[in-house]
Amino acid sequence: MPRSTRRPPAPRAPGSDIAVVADVVALEIPARAEFVALARLVVSALAATDIQLADERIDDLKLAVSEACTNAIEAHDSVSTDERVRMRCRADERGLEVSIEDRGPGFDPAGLPDHPPVTDPDRLKFERGLGIPLIRALVDEVEITSSQGGTAVRLVMLHAADDIVD
Amino acid sequence: MDLGLDVTERGKHTVLSVHGEVDVYTAPKFRERLIELVTEGKHQIVVDLDGVDFLDSTGLGVLVGGLKRLRSHDGDLTLVCTQSRILKVFEITGLTKVFAIHASVDEATAGS
Repeated sequence: MPRSTRRPPAPRAPGSDIAVVADVVALEIPARAEFVALARLVVSALAATDIQLADERIDDLKLAVSEACTNAIEAHDSVSTDERVRMRCRADERGLEVSIEDRGPGFDPAGLPDHPPVTDPDRLKFERGLGIPLIRALVDEVEITSSQGGTAVRLVMLHAADDIVD
Repeated sequence: MDLGLDVTERGKHTVLSVHGEVDVYTAPKFRERLIELVTEGKHQIVVDLDGVDFLDSTGLGVLVGGLKRLRSHDGDLTLVCTQSRILKVFEITGLTKVFAIHASVDEATAGS
């Protein structure tokens, strides 16, 4: 019987005694609205393998990713590019990091208009612009880098002591 | 992924029950249905979100636009929502102060 050649075991994440199921997952999605659901599916499935993220925080991350992908797709649409939106998920001992990159026209993250207070009747004039405030409220770390060549949004959901599920 | 939109009449109220995921892909269908109802003269609309699995800012935009449209006809748009993960989106954006949010369709249509 011939000897089979076995591949060496996959390396474990350094500095961690937790089995990191997926170190890096990269996805390129066509910049069309129907693909945002796929991005959500991938992130929530990946996050569900992380026992240190509670379901509620997985929902929050999923919503933040959906908002970022929606903005990316709209950015590509605004410049009529066929390029794909890139999403990269990285799991490590700190938590789960998701980056979404587009090749849109860019924007000034500090220059977003403030909505009128919710008690102001003029609030109803604003149907858009809630995505970035939602992202900022939902995840632990947000970094938005934007230039004329595109925008990169980095979202991090950290492991927290009270998120450990027995 | 598809969005379910069912309409039922409850006295003076029209109940639009939404099922599935509301995002940038499905929101246009939701917006069109709401506009159709307003055009048909339905000016007291209850949107039942208890069958919604996911709602993002595009969905919030549809609801804000619907409320604005109905107010211009002296109407109203109220919500039914008991799911904490959906309610959270309204809380973060402060829209709990803009919409009346009820725990059931019966409560939302009381006195209808």
